[in-house]
Amino acid sequence: MDTPLIEFKNVTKRFGRRTVLEGVNLKIYEGEVTTIIGLSGGGKTVLLKHIIGLIKPDEGTILFRGKPLNGMSKSEVDASLAQMSYMFQDNALFDSMTVYENIALPLRERTTLTKAEIDRKVMARIEQTELTDSSRKFPSELSGGMQKRAALARALVIDPTIVLFDEPTSGQDPVRKNAILSMIAQYQRKFGFTAIVVSHEIPDVYFISNRILALYEHNIVFQGTPEELEEFDHPFKDEVIRSLEGLQKELTGLHSKRQFKVMYHGQMKRRSLKDTYCVAVFKLESLDNIIETLGHESAQEAIQSMGVYIDKHFGAIGGFSTRRSINEFVTVFPYSELDEAEDLLEDFVKDFQEHGIAEIWAEARERAAPGTCVDFIILAGLAQGQPIAEIETIIASAESKQKEIGRLRCAAGE
Amino acid sequence: MEISAKGQSSAESKAAWRLAKLLLSPFTAVGRTAISWVNNSGASAIFLVLALKKTFWHKQLAKIVQQLYFIGASSTTIILLVGFFTGMVLGLQSYHALVKLGAQGAIGTLVALSLVRELGPVLTAIMITARAGSAITAEIGVQRISEQIDALDTMRIDPLRYLISPRIIAAIISFPLLTALFDLIGIIGGYTSAVVLLGANAGTYLHRVQSSLEMKDLTDGFVKAVVFAVIVVTVCCYQGYFAHMRQDSHGAKAVGLSTTSAVVLSSVLVLVADYIVTSLLI
Repeated sequence: MDTPLIEFKNVTKRFGRRTVLEGVNLKIYEGEVTTIIGLSGGGKTVLLKHIIGLIKPDEGTILFRGKPLNGMSKSEVDASLAQMSYMFQDNALFDSMTVYENIALPLRERTTLTKAEIDRKVMARIEQTELTDSSRKFPSELSGGMQKRAALARALVIDPTIVLFDEPTSGQDPVRKNAILSMIAQYQRKFGFTAIVVSHEIPDVYFISNRILALYEHNIVFQGTPEELEEFDHPFKDEVIRSLEGLQKELTGLHSKRQFKVMYHGQMKRRSLKDTYCVAVFKLESLDNIIETLGHESAQEAIQSMGVYIDKHFGAIGGFSTRRSINEFVTVFPYSELDEAEDLLEDFVKDFQEHGIAEIWAEARERAAPGTCVDFIILAGLAQGQPIAEIETIIASAESKQKEIGRLRCAAGE
Repeated sequence: MEISAKGQSSAESKAAWRLAKLLLSPFTAVGRTAISWVNNSGASAIFLVLALKKTFWHKQLAKIVQQLYFIGASSTTIILLVGFFTGMVLGLQSYHALVKLGAQGAIGTLVALSLVRELGPVLTAIMITARAGSAITAEIGVQRISEQIDALDTMRIDPLRYLISPRIIAAIISFPLLTALFDLIGIIGGYTSAVVLLGANAGTYLHRVQSSLEMKDLTDGFVKAVVFAVIVVTVCCYQGYFAHMRQDSHGAKAVGLSTTSAVVLSSVLVLVADYIVTSLLI
């Protein structure tokens, strides 16, 4: 594997008699979204502040691109840290400055750019973070989400290669939590920076992270991909992952992947080998277009609504569902044949189009620019299986058969 | 039996330890306070030197001008008011005291020397502490507890250069100018009460003001003003900058207590420094 961008080797930090980090070892790689999860007050912020140099370790070494920070000259350390931006939990915007001035501050103070160049860069970031109407407002005049965007714009204005996000979703409801995270993921793809996110409450953590690091009892107990985390067996999972799953359930009303697997195995044990069941894989197509046109919150509301309608329609007849990826859902119809499942799907699409999407549009109209238009396209694929078969195989089969089952086109300005 | 004796002796030694601790507690408190004072004095001196070192930078001018406006220009009204009434009271008191001795001609001398040598620099410093010093501590304190200073650090903007240096320079420029204004308006105040209201001789008053003041009086007054400026701005900035390190409180309360400490400490230090500087200059 490549040299890690940031590596901790046996890092220990104490505040008085209280040990916050003890012999922490971790690796963060370039160009990825790395999420550090852990319990609230478990030392995640302290860990993040070590990365940006706000806190020095009592013991151990922090390596930046393979070189220890404590062995570098001051100019080398400055050059390394200058590539980083930090988004604070409470935004840390200067409340006596307007949004524009806040975003322009690092350019004015750190660079020799002309006023016109600074203006161009700042306005570009303001437009990208959809703050054009608020650029002359003070932070106290903005909503929580807008303040987050202003803080993000300030963090991105210097074109950093690494952005550290400290609890970016704190104090938000599950829809907004995911909307903020979706925004971070979108900008990460757009600008290509390395994102290091610290949180204890991200419902979508599995879907947006390339790597997950778990901080538990002063130490990193897991580092790996989200898929590897699912297989990870540790007391940490009971405390942290269950709470994340709770948030996920709060968001969509659906089961977590783990609960889904448990239910599947429970159901299949009771069936005879000749019995059949159906699996449906739903997809909300062109999520990026929805985000582009209606914003992150509307996109999250669409995902939430889809989960709620899936649960409403199929839960009542014994079906159980989970969210498979950011815009994909899987439902098992344990007692249905293909024909029956197709009928159920039709009813679902009709209801979701008439009510679910219509509600999203009603909300979105207030946010979207007049005359904008986006398609809500729902794909679905059905496959039949037997208890003996692996669920993943049936899901893959259903996914390969996905076709458009519903499309709603609507203009925001209508 | 042996166990019981051991237990008794242990209880006795614990009681003796508690008594010793109680008796020593006033000395411990004094010692702790003294150590804290020495620590803070040293830290403040380092803080001042580091901030002064960061003064000379091409982007500082705009910030210094901004602080000149806040510390200097915005304090003009309060300085005019306090200076005028201080002069009036001096004129009034000295008239009634000197008229009994038949020495009302010396009113101008008394008013001018009192103002230029002592009252001008001291009262100006205390008034600026109350008006601008407290605001400086509160502003920097809030910036500290809301992580705005940490945000500067993460943006690689030196907080000492950005927040502290301009305030120190602006104070060093503002204090002597405001002191001069205080002296002038105080002399006019003395004239108003002694001459206009009480009927002392105008020519004698102005002549005594002019003849009694020497260049040394003015320069000594300005030296004091500069010393007070350094003390006041360092104490106020330091208290705000380290508001989060207070042991006795946290958050908004820490900012409130830091502001109180800054005003009280600055005022006391101004009076202490006044004595020291006067004894050195006299």
